[in-house]
Amino acid sequence: MSDLAAYNFAYLDEQTKRMIRRAILKAIAIPGYQVPFASREMPMPYGWGTGGVQVTAAIIGPADVLKVIDQGADDTTNAVSIRAFFAKVANVAVTTHTDEATIIQTRHRIPEKVLKEGQVLVYQVPIPEPLRYLEPRETETRTMHALSEYGLMHVKLYEDIAINGHIATTYAYPVKVAGRYVMDPSPIPKFDNPKMHMSEALQLFGAGREKRIYAVPPFTEVVSLDFEDHPFEVQTFDKPCALCGAENVYLDEVILDDRGGRMFVCSDTDHCEERRACGCVGELGVKEAAE
Amino acid sequence: MGLESDSLSGGFHDPVFQGQAVFRLVMDAMARPGTLQTVTDDTGAPSPLGIAAGAIALTLLDHDTPVWLSVRLQKSALPGWLSFHTGAPPAPEKAEARFAFIEAGAPLPSFGLFSAGTQEYPDRSVTLIIEIASFEGTTPLKLTGPGIAGGRIVHPSGLPDGFLRQWAENHVLFPRGVDVVLTAGDRFLCLPRTTRISAGAL
Repeated sequence: MSDLAAYNFAYLDEQTKRMIRRAILKAIAIPGYQVPFASREMPMPYGWGTGGVQVTAAIIGPADVLKVIDQGADDTTNAVSIRAFFAKVANVAVTTHTDEATIIQTRHRIPEKVLKEGQVLVYQVPIPEPLRYLEPRETETRTMHALSEYGLMHVKLYEDIAINGHIATTYAYPVKVAGRYVMDPSPIPKFDNPKMHMSEALQLFGAGREKRIYAVPPFTEVVSLDFEDHPFEVQTFDKPCALCGAENVYLDEVILDDRGGRMFVCSDTDHCEERRACGCVGELGVKEAAE
Repeated sequence: MGLESDSLSGGFHDPVFQGQAVFRLVMDAMARPGTLQTVTDDTGAPSPLGIAAGAIALTLLDHDTPVWLSVRLQKSALPGWLSFHTGAPPAPEKAEARFAFIEAGAPLPSFGLFSAGTQEYPDRSVTLIIEIASFEGTTPLKLTGPGIAGGRIVHPSGLPDGFLRQWAENHVLFPRGVDVVLTAGDRFLCLPRTTRISAGAL
């Protein structure tokens, strides 16, 4: 007898998985629409990715290879604990390499490497409703989605321009999916928004506390909202990654000392490590020792 | 074997892993409309339900999903089999069904009699599982829409009369609408409501 409590494969019971699976199928059939589901208590607090964990638990099988990232990094608390959770309750193979993974659960980033067919990207979503900060009542936002009435969102972006001279929204930047639903892409930097458009991978979104699942099928139009005279733009960086010298990637600022020293490094740790292993070195990087 | 023993036979021998495997096929098929998937395990669903349709029923149905069956399926051993293996209650009216199964050659009921969801809750709609003769017909149909790069050609044979007209009407309702799974023996493909079907080659 094991002294550990015995759980079903992937923690959730089969009835819960069926309920989540049915929600996922309807979510795929209605791209960008938030399907309500009966979110369960998970052995981690709300806000730690319980929505993403439930979606992953409902789709994962013994043949899958799981990667979990937290702000692009494989080695931060949230990523490590969720990866360990699935290694324990589902006994699946885990990886940090983007191209080896069949399921990638992510908190607020899309990997730099272009995702391929057969991969599933599972987002952890805190507030799934893009209109929630503009209209707190669920009854109202539901009607607005039903009527495709998204003027309020454009007013918000317009006010950004009126106050700041440009659209100041930098993350959770609203998108329109397949020409119909306005969707919150979860708080990914707007740098990642273009990667959602016509992606070859299936993208699933789970919000545990808010009890919503939504999806973007592969090869689906995902357009960031903008104006003709203020087109959507992504962040740009003055310098390449300080460790690997990568350009056109999303960089994190790292404080080096208390005298204003700082460096900018790849947010996607796997991408950075892979480049350094190939001999790419940034200005603060160290050449990998030859084996 | 009588109807009663037919009801108790078959099913998944390993519900956790077989259910997961079949669900992944359905999820991939729904995400990439028109791609053919093959179910490898026969679940012994009573005739005339096909292998793929039987596996999909075991994967997605439970006590939360009222199910509607076409007349011939209703008279087969299937109601007892579904009840024993999934616990899904029969839907007295089409509009109450979350899933509906239609055997090959049966007349296609009007989609309008089933639930297409509401404008506020378009997910509260039926999924129709329709058996057809085969996917090796002679008439090519072109699918376009989300999940499809460019267009995808399928060759379904034995589509029910009026299917294409009803599908076109269904598409106009978006975001409301029904979703369809076409099955033929152990193979199936999915048609989410976003998919447009037109005649002809690429």
